[in-house]
Amino acid sequence: MNATVVGLTGRALFGGRRVLLLLTMSLVLVALASVLRLTVGVDHEVTADFLGSVAIGALVPLFGLIVGTGVISPEIDDGSIVYLLSKPLPRPTIVLSKLVVAVSATVVFATVPTFVAGVVMSGGTGQIALGYAAAALVASVAYSAIFLLLAVVTKHAVVYGLAYALIWEGLIGGYVPGARTLSVQQWALSVTESVARPGTVSSDVALGTALVLLVVATVAATWYAGRRLRVLTLATED
Amino acid sequence: MSAQPEPGPTGVIHDIGYRNYDGPRYGRQQIARALFWHSLRGVYGLGRSGRSKVLPMLLLGVMCVPAFIIAVIANVGAIGLDDLPAPYTRYAVMTQGVLTIFLAAQAPQSVSRDLRFKTIPLYFSRPLERVDYVGAKFAALTVALFALLAIPLLIMYIGALLAEFPVGEHTADVALALVGALVFAAVFAGIGLVIASMTARRGFGVAGIITVFALSFAAVSSLQGIVGEIEGDMTAAGWIGLFSPVTLVDGFQVWVLGASSSAVAGPPGAAGGVAFVLATFGVIAGCWALLMLRYRKVFAS
Repeated sequence: MNATVVGLTGRALFGGRRVLLLLTMSLVLVALASVLRLTVGVDHEVTADFLGSVAIGALVPLFGLIVGTGVISPEIDDGSIVYLLSKPLPRPTIVLSKLVVAVSATVVFATVPTFVAGVVMSGGTGQIALGYAAAALVASVAYSAIFLLLAVVTKHAVVYGLAYALIWEGLIGGYVPGARTLSVQQWALSVTESVARPGTVSSDVALGTALVLLVVATVAATWYAGRRLRVLTLATED
Repeated sequence: MSAQPEPGPTGVIHDIGYRNYDGPRYGRQQIARALFWHSLRGVYGLGRSGRSKVLPMLLLGVMCVPAFIIAVIANVGAIGLDDLPAPYTRYAVMTQGVLTIFLAAQAPQSVSRDLRFKTIPLYFSRPLERVDYVGAKFAALTVALFALLAIPLLIMYIGALLAEFPVGEHTADVALALVGALVFAAVFAGIGLVIASMTARRGFGVAGIITVFALSFAAVSSLQGIVGEIEGDMTAAGWIGLFSPVTLVDGFQVWVLGASSSAVAGPPGAAGGVAFVLATFGVIAGCWALLMLRYRKVFAS
């Protein structure tokens, strides 16, 4: 990890208009949760349903996607990555520094709002808010690492990442039970299952398997991103 | 003291025989038409590098696979169906994920690159008005998205004809679904272009479009499920559908084309139906107005 790279990446990520988009998304989640609390009242089933489909199902993957690709994609896109790559820094260090920024941004803008939304809707009962916040946390780390790798591998990282999130996790996972075993979303929900009161949420993956897969996916993606960055070719705009 | 001799001419323009252009000069209409075709081909990567054809063609293929499966199922005699397993009008909602990815990938390609490479000032230095540019881009993306929806619908229609389902009924159904597909295409293209035209960065446009479509659909579906099924208030659930492009046009289809709703709850009653229709046209008109406003002044920076 390198403090200068972390600082530069952080400034690029939070300095522009992107931070407004991120902030709006977080606020929308909390606002919707408040509206539900006011209209529906306290209903733990509603909380689990809402957090599961909106926060874990849409907000966290989208954040991982935007932030994970956002920390490196623009630099590869406009070619300024060469100035960073020409410095005497190991490439895995660069990847790790960027990953740290991506993970902290996702935690601030996705995990914290998920927790706040859970507390607004259900209070501390049954540790529902805590369970979903834990799921959002592990999912944030895994998504950031995977999408950072995608951004190094391809120029259309956002599109392929979205295809994974929408088509694999959303569509195929809905019909083919086997696909759910290989889904960050299910691994995260398995964490929720173990934290929250029993019966609130069910996941298709056992906790042990889920944690091992989460760690393997994160570490493998980060390691391979470092490898790929060593042989990066700068593609021209077509 | 004699005057200095006048200095002779130091530079001369020689007529070396270049000819002036005296052929026909095409006006606004021709330029706008050319821009339309260029943009339409560009959306599918035609006339661009092989790498840019991969994604749109792949998504077009993915769009057609379910339609092909539906057509095959309809023709397998052993199952003995007397209608298609899925109605035409629901196809767009079923495949909205692919549609969103296509829009997110291709709308910024269509307008952001003009901003990034500063080709916009070059366009407007020709006799091309703002309305022509906006119209050409809007129409091109609408037609491209319409084709993306219409091709699978036609595959399903051909499948239905081969299976010897009633011809008249299916022709009427597919015609209605094509009208719905056109409305879907116009709404999606409008919103996509407005977001993409805000930024010169492709990645930013892609992220913005995806956020608006995916997050709004997830939030609306979840809220509709909670309000409609857990709380049992289908009227309120129907109204929520106004807030996501997909459910909005789905409601339009239900009310105008008599389709069955694919959302949790359709538009509530007559007032709801009218509201959905007005909102649909309002969104298209609003996107047009915003685009016209956006290109009122194009920064040279």
